[in-house]
Amino acid sequence: MKKLLLLGDEAIAQAALDAGLSGMYAYPGTPSTEIMEYIQASPEAADRKVHREWSSNEKTAMEAALGMSYAGKRAMVAMKHVGLNVAADGFINSAMTGVNGGLIVVSADDPSMHSSQNEQDSRFYGRFALVPCFEPSNQQEAYEMIFDAFELSEKFRIPVLFRITTRLAHSRASVSGREPVPEKKLTLPEDPGQFVLLPAIARKKYKNLLSTFETVKYDFRLGKYNNFSDGRKRELGIIACGIAYNYLMENISDAADDFPVLKISAYPFTKELIVDITSRCDEILVLEEGAPVVEEALRGILDNGIKIYGRLDGTVPRDGELNPSIVARALGLPVSFGDNVPAVVKMRPPSFCKGCGHADMFTALNEAVNPFGPGRVFSDIGCYTLAALPPYCSIISCVDMGASVTMSVGAADAGLFPSIAVIGDSTFTHSGMTGLLDAVVKNSPVTIIITDNSTTGMTGGQQSQATGRLRQICEGLGVASEHVIEIVPLRKNHDENVRIMREEFEYKDVSVIIASRECIQTATRRKRTEASAE
Amino acid sequence: MKNDIILSGVGGQGILSIAAAIGLAAVANELFLKQSEVHGMSQRGGDVQSHLRLSDKPVSSDLIPHGKADLIISVEPMESLRYLPWLSGEGWLVTNSNPFINIPDYPPVEDIITEIKKVKNHIIIDADTIAKEVGSARSGNMVILGASSWFIDMSEGSIREAIKNLFGKKGEEIVEVNLKAFMAGRAYTAGIRS
Repeated sequence: MKKLLLLGDEAIAQAALDAGLSGMYAYPGTPSTEIMEYIQASPEAADRKVHREWSSNEKTAMEAALGMSYAGKRAMVAMKHVGLNVAADGFINSAMTGVNGGLIVVSADDPSMHSSQNEQDSRFYGRFALVPCFEPSNQQEAYEMIFDAFELSEKFRIPVLFRITTRLAHSRASVSGREPVPEKKLTLPEDPGQFVLLPAIARKKYKNLLSTFETVKYDFRLGKYNNFSDGRKRELGIIACGIAYNYLMENISDAADDFPVLKISAYPFTKELIVDITSRCDEILVLEEGAPVVEEALRGILDNGIKIYGRLDGTVPRDGELNPSIVARALGLPVSFGDNVPAVVKMRPPSFCKGCGHADMFTALNEAVNPFGPGRVFSDIGCYTLAALPPYCSIISCVDMGASVTMSVGAADAGLFPSIAVIGDSTFTHSGMTGLLDAVVKNSPVTIIITDNSTTGMTGGQQSQATGRLRQICEGLGVASEHVIEIVPLRKNHDENVRIMREEFEYKDVSVIIASRECIQTATRRKRTEASAE
Repeated sequence: MKNDIILSGVGGQGILSIAAAIGLAAVANELFLKQSEVHGMSQRGGDVQSHLRLSDKPVSSDLIPHGKADLIISVEPMESLRYLPWLSGEGWLVTNSNPFINIPDYPPVEDIITEIKKVKNHIIIDADTIAKEVGSARSGNMVILGASSWFIDMSEGSIREAIKNLFGKKGEEIVEVNLKAFMAGRAYTAGIRS
């Protein structure tokens, strides 16, 4: 088959298509977005009518994928690591129900927080939910693993977690494809009670899940990705997980025969693997991207066995992404370094694009809120979070999707006035609507500003479920129609917008200001496409 | 053969088109390749970088180790300096001379140029002016790629072919302008490696 130059995300997408995927579900989130985008752009997916629409959030995506699996077809759902928190209810209970068609849950972690608010490690979720977890070390392995993940999922009737990190997601390499597998036919589960988690059924299913988790670690599909290669040295054995293996090989490839190395890329792994390497070596170094999941398991609480080096004793930094230099240092190898960055180089944080509507909205909001003092504007996750930085310094929060609305409600409960939330259109339909309903039900004196650029901007301009529906949604949730106010955040409307904002702050019930102006990035792209179509 | 290249610039300047051209050429030359890109938040006017690794042997790490890069290709002068910790002692730094100023404390350009000149092997090129001269202000990236191409162990022909493939969808005219820009950049540094 032809070799393709693919991002890790794209390798996963192509593999899923080749493995007979029928439905792809996702909400955009760096570094996972390109999985869905690749499938949306694939002519083959279009021919086969593979489902490839964005979902409102990760939870709806997870559940829709589970529904596709119920109907006997192969489904995949992709999200960034914090998206798995949103999808956690569906995810953890999908382990309880089990699957019918193969189901893969891709979670893309972001160690060092390149584009995220934390660096949680999704492998914990695998253990938590008692589902197997694959962690590929490179693009080709990611491609291969998807086939095995679907087969494993169907063999054990269990969803499979697929953990990647930013560096693999967004790194391109050549990938060789396999012969495609046809899609599955629609088939309902044999047991009509499979998806009914009533306590009496759930108790039985939980016992099954516990025993499946123990059995699954001996399946060759997992074993295949956990391999040991012995070396001459007995002083130090190395356990390297997922992408950490690459950084290890970068450092020892010339002397690969020297070190006993256990590569772990699938969980749960057998105890025998660990006993095998630890019994041969005096000491162990654990290299893993993210949290010290394997290292903690090895140490236990007593930590009175073999000497272990890793993130917990400072041999490797406790936080942040790995790189070849960190691994060299952990191995005690010489570390090279170029010149220091000269003092003349200044920080260049991301900023609003020229012609961005958010910028004019925040300029108006700053003026409107100024007489009341600082600390009154809660916000959310998206491009507009950049208003936390100079020169705007407008917002005081960015916590999780939708939290601006609910935190403003809580602060208003405490007596803060005015209490304001700024949330993007896509974030609002992701998780802001339920919070708005809370506000409506208890007549909270809050002002919710939906800064609507008609796209999911931060992740590169994906479809927003909110487009054209915001007024209807807000009125439908019960906001008084005269307090759902649409404005256009342009300089020429500045004074008028400031006046409207102040009026709405004074209103002693819920008001929503929809500040709509198309994202400059998507507008430019749209105009270019329209021009070339003429 | 091994080329470890860092590409740098500001989000929106399109460093990935340089990466894509080199990547396509590498595939045609049947080289092993890993190319780490920046997506997401930094693309909004922040500093962006890409690690590009070409080799005739399999490449392990997606990231270049500190002090091991053979080449920094930068479309912005201040950004070229941000990655000096990765540049090897014998490595080359090729940068555009035109600053992209979107921060209030951008330093005086002369101070930046002074620092660049302290790097043993450096090339400073006014890619914007050269691009305009060949007919398209937007092809500055290909000028810089041309100026850097002497330090990439692939033939001129294979990189030209990659540029054709990269811009092919946009029509003959765009392909021609970008090839011209590439050749103008390459001519600017001709003889540099001897």
